[in-house]
Amino acid sequence: MLNSLMSYLGSSVTPGEAGNQLWALIYVLIIFTGVSVAVIAMNWLERKALAHFQVRLGPMRVGPHGLLQPIADAVKLLLKEDIIPSEADKFVFWIAPLIGLLASFTVYTVVPFGPSQAVSDMNIGILFMLGVSSLGVLGIVMAGWASNSHYPLIGALRSSAQMVSYEVAMGLAVVSAILMTSLNQTGTGTLSMIGIVQAQQEQHVWFLFKFFPLGAIAFVIFAIAMVAETNRAPFDLAEAESELTAGFHTEYSGLRWSLFMLAEYAAMIAVSSIAVALWLGGWMRPFSHWLSGGAWDFVFSLFPGLTFLGLAAIAIRGTIRMPKHSLFRIQTIGLGAFAAVLSGIGLLLLGIAVGARAGDHVALARSADALNNVYWFVMKIAVFMYMFIWYRATWPRYRFDQLMSVGWKVMLPISLGVLIVTAIVGVIVG
Amino acid sequence: MTPVATPFFFYLLSGLAVLGGVLVITRRNAVHSALALILTLLAVAGLYLMLYAPFVAGVQIIVYAGGIMVLFLFVIMLVNIERTVKERQFNRIWPVGLAASGALLVLFVSVLVKGKALFPERGLPLPEADNTQKIGEMLYGNYMFAFEIASLLLLVAILGAVIMTKKKI
Repeated sequence: MLNSLMSYLGSSVTPGEAGNQLWALIYVLIIFTGVSVAVIAMNWLERKALAHFQVRLGPMRVGPHGLLQPIADAVKLLLKEDIIPSEADKFVFWIAPLIGLLASFTVYTVVPFGPSQAVSDMNIGILFMLGVSSLGVLGIVMAGWASNSHYPLIGALRSSAQMVSYEVAMGLAVVSAILMTSLNQTGTGTLSMIGIVQAQQEQHVWFLFKFFPLGAIAFVIFAIAMVAETNRAPFDLAEAESELTAGFHTEYSGLRWSLFMLAEYAAMIAVSSIAVALWLGGWMRPFSHWLSGGAWDFVFSLFPGLTFLGLAAIAIRGTIRMPKHSLFRIQTIGLGAFAAVLSGIGLLLLGIAVGARAGDHVALARSADALNNVYWFVMKIAVFMYMFIWYRATWPRYRFDQLMSVGWKVMLPISLGVLIVTAIVGVIVG
Repeated sequence: MTPVATPFFFYLLSGLAVLGGVLVITRRNAVHSALALILTLLAVAGLYLMLYAPFVAGVQIIVYAGGIMVLFLFVIMLVNIERTVKERQFNRIWPVGLAASGALLVLFVSVLVKGKALFPERGLPLPEADNTQKIGEMLYGNYMFAFEIASLLLLVAILGAVIMTKKKI
């Protein structure tokens, strides 16, 4: 067992390709924990950011600045009574949230956090991601039908119609990005997620800026379609609270409801990672070609540590500004400890970066490399996650017929046109 | 790299496919039948993967499990399920079904008996790594004409659907 653990460390492929089940399992566990923690953090950030958009405070009572609110919520949801409506279809009602969760977490098998930082690299990576994430709608449809109630059924119908319509534009936008991967000497492109990022690395350009503005238009189409695919505002008609109470999950409560939330946020991260890998250069750092060279590499490798130190600085500022009253003593100590943990992580990451630069220790250099890849990928996803909150705070909800006409009459023709023009330009230039 | 195509997975996937197929025809509730059909389609996608045809497996999941079955469910949900459950089936086509399944059985048995002579001893070594690229070359190179005709037929079907449903164009 130790042998098979150590034997993978020297290789530069994903554990799936190396055929190492043990490391694949470790990667799966890391990604599962990471995504779950990200969902918890996202939950807090969304409530907090939405509150600040509306000049409110948001959660403030549970922990300093409401930092422990998601944990309190999770405990509440676990302890809540689990209600299954008496007229509901028991089995389908029970399995629906699990299918949604399974679909949104299975996608992470091929998310390329780095050239070897993925569970596996498939020949059909992007097809697999689109296919499995489209299975997520089955969970919503089954939930809506099994509840045996009007609002959930309408929510499920809306959701399925919306998903099927926007999948078309989404798929065409993805195809125009895949076309760009074939602009090399051999003339064959790839569908593998790692291969797509490596194609951007070879062509020294993010596909967002390739054939400007063609890549950018395809990216915008995808960015709109992915909001519709994940049922988020302004396309959250499946759970429009002003019209359908809570849409497809009206009858769900407690743990099952929280599984739907987990699936929704995990799916948001997953589609963002498709956009990052296809158009934003995946794990590549910004300006990797323009500002190349060892010195610039070193400067950019300091970013992970500096990010954590920045977060620590915010926490320290919060600690200092905490009211000097005995009631706030525990909160002050807690926030101070949080700041200490954050700055500890930051200093550790900085140490790894500096150590990799100073000595020629192979393991240190490799781990610094892996850290950078994962850091840039995650930061790009984080931008999208913030955008999701921003959209929700900014735009009013679409009417359903408007949503359909935008999907079929605007996005589909534009994405078809971009695909054709990309193909023509690719033939002329490449 | 060790092959994953062990007999265990073959029997598991084909067992799931058969189970799903049986459930499709035995459930009285149309939604349950549709869900069982999804199980079958996913199991068949797994069988394609075992045949080193990842592209076909991916397309099977996207088109059938993700697209067509969602539309199926969409339509079935609009139907009044309670009445269809109570109503007796009015069409009696079981002799036809029996004949068709009998013919299929004869076909299977004959393949089992004469299969050695009909098919090559070992399957062609399919390149898994560039499976998708090979399919692309075939579709847009060797079989371009057939491919275009198929897409034209689909276009006609779409136009027909639009004309039939729209009162005023």
